[in-house]
Amino acid sequence: MASLIQLLVSGLATGAIYALIAVGFTLLWQTSQTINFAQGEFVMLPAFFILAAMNWGAPFWLAAPIGVAVSILVLGVLFKLVIVDPMLKYGVLPLVISTIALSLFLKESAKDFYSSQAQPFPALVPATDIHVFGAVVSTQSLAVLMVAIVTVGALHLLLNKTRLGRSMQATAQNPVLARILGIPVERMVLYTFLINAVLVAIASILVSPIYLAKFSNGETLGLAAFTAAIIGGFNQVRGAIAGGVILGVLDNLSAAYLSSQYRGAIPLIILIAVILWRPQGLFGRVEERTV
Amino acid sequence: MTRFGILATTAAAIIAVVLPFFLKPFGIYLISMWAVLTIAAIGLNLTLGYAGQVSMAQGAFVGIGAYTVALLTQAGCPFALAFAAAGVLCFAIGWMLGYPALRVAHHYLAFVTLAFTTLVFLVLRNEEWLTGGTYGINGILRPAFFGLSTAKPQPFYYFCLGTLAVLALATWWMLRSPWGRAFKGLRENPIRAQSLGIDTRRYTLMAFAIGAGLGGLSGALYAPLVQFIEPGSFALGLSFNLLLMVIVGGSGYFFGPFVGALVAVLLPEWMRIAEGYYLIVYAVAVMVMMAFCPSGILGLVERIRNAASRSDRAAPALRAEGAGP
Repeated sequence: MASLIQLLVSGLATGAIYALIAVGFTLLWQTSQTINFAQGEFVMLPAFFILAAMNWGAPFWLAAPIGVAVSILVLGVLFKLVIVDPMLKYGVLPLVISTIALSLFLKESAKDFYSSQAQPFPALVPATDIHVFGAVVSTQSLAVLMVAIVTVGALHLLLNKTRLGRSMQATAQNPVLARILGIPVERMVLYTFLINAVLVAIASILVSPIYLAKFSNGETLGLAAFTAAIIGGFNQVRGAIAGGVILGVLDNLSAAYLSSQYRGAIPLIILIAVILWRPQGLFGRVEERTV
Repeated sequence: MTRFGILATTAAAIIAVVLPFFLKPFGIYLISMWAVLTIAAIGLNLTLGYAGQVSMAQGAFVGIGAYTVALLTQAGCPFALAFAAAGVLCFAIGWMLGYPALRVAHHYLAFVTLAFTTLVFLVLRNEEWLTGGTYGINGILRPAFFGLSTAKPQPFYYFCLGTLAVLALATWWMLRSPWGRAFKGLRENPIRAQSLGIDTRRYTLMAFAIGAGLGGLSGALYAPLVQFIEPGSFALGLSFNLLLMVIVGGSGYFFGPFVGALVAVLLPEWMRIAEGYYLIVYAVAVMVMMAFCPSGILGLVERIRNAASRSDRAAPALRAEGAGP
């Protein structure tokens, strides 16, 4: 029982990180039909921005906001202007190929220009354990959960309670109508790219102390994000959150109780099963057919 | 085919035949690798370029084919039989994989195949009793035909080139048959194809399965070429690479895979000076190409030739316009 609680908490923490990445992924899909195959590398990179800032002498509390700012600039603004915008007119496929190339580019750049070795990354809180009902829970997991919940809460408030957020939702649901209603559609799309950049930067800060900052981190994280997004529902923010959490918990439980060799296989089998029987995702709505 | 096309193809074929006489063993290894990867890329081009389905599993099919041949030949099975088994097995798996994915929206096939590739990698790595796990399989023998051994680089290259020629001709023939027309119909306008009485689902599935089968045959040559296979070679990276090959060469062009595979195999060697940076350059080149010419190198060639012939005809066209009312 105690070990189950332990696994659940660490699973929830992993899942919360997956959820942040998956939410950004679905936001991009909803507003600009961008399937970002570089999403995993987007999570890998901000950690290196922060490490670079720290190498320049900045303390962590200063380096972290610098890293987030650089992510917004590079992974938000530049990504949209340089990669996505010129290619939207060609349809989904060229952009898919381009983001695959981008993932290769980011991975190799981090390897060649920073380091091919895993880099230690400062944790948000000192790693101590708390005893709850006989279970040992690490403060890191709790901190990750807290940050993720606050982030998702803030995003929820932004999307549902502000005029800006509702304009963004309108843009996602029906860009033509949104434009007629006077919503600056282009700017709303840009905002979703900025939000995605912030989400991946936060995810990067949360995940890097656990996995260490390494150029190849994006592969598993990206796969987890796609899987979470599809399990939950490609066109729903709450679906992506649920998908991420389910995935994180299952990942930890299956590693402990089933087979650590095949822990990577469980999410993929669930992915295929979901696509087979509930292609709109567990929480998604059926996407209308576009011809 | 245009006269330019026939000339270019003949020249390329002659170069492919005489080239090994001017190359060292490593050079011959590289062009053999080109021939092998081209087969896989032709298969993917069928799936992607003609039937319009994004598959990220071609690398996995190459892997399944390679392991099939390695395991069967080491168990004493003749090469020809193992070769055929690799193709048939991949065709069957491709059929089963495409069946569910094609019931739903098209981009789901990309994700199903992505998951499939990772699953295949996990099985190859974990099932040590069968695949040797991370140690891979060593000492795969090259086949002999009618007493002629292909163990040396040059004969093996001709064997690969011959197989490529036969498979390419078969694909060419298929694309000109009603089947091939149906594949193109699927890509251009699936709803119209359906209203013309084409069973779109079956044809899409067929294109996917045949593409997978060609991937398997490519793997069947890959194993004896490198003579040592391990799971890492067939992870997601190879599938992405094959996808980039098809796109860079020009998806939907028959010779696109030939050009794309050539770029992908030779580029790292030409850019030895750039050492580790070549992947960065390659990635940037692909992104630039996608932004300016998503139809690939052959699309670019076609565009340039069209522009050239248009400027030739520009004067008469002007006159014709002037003569009008």
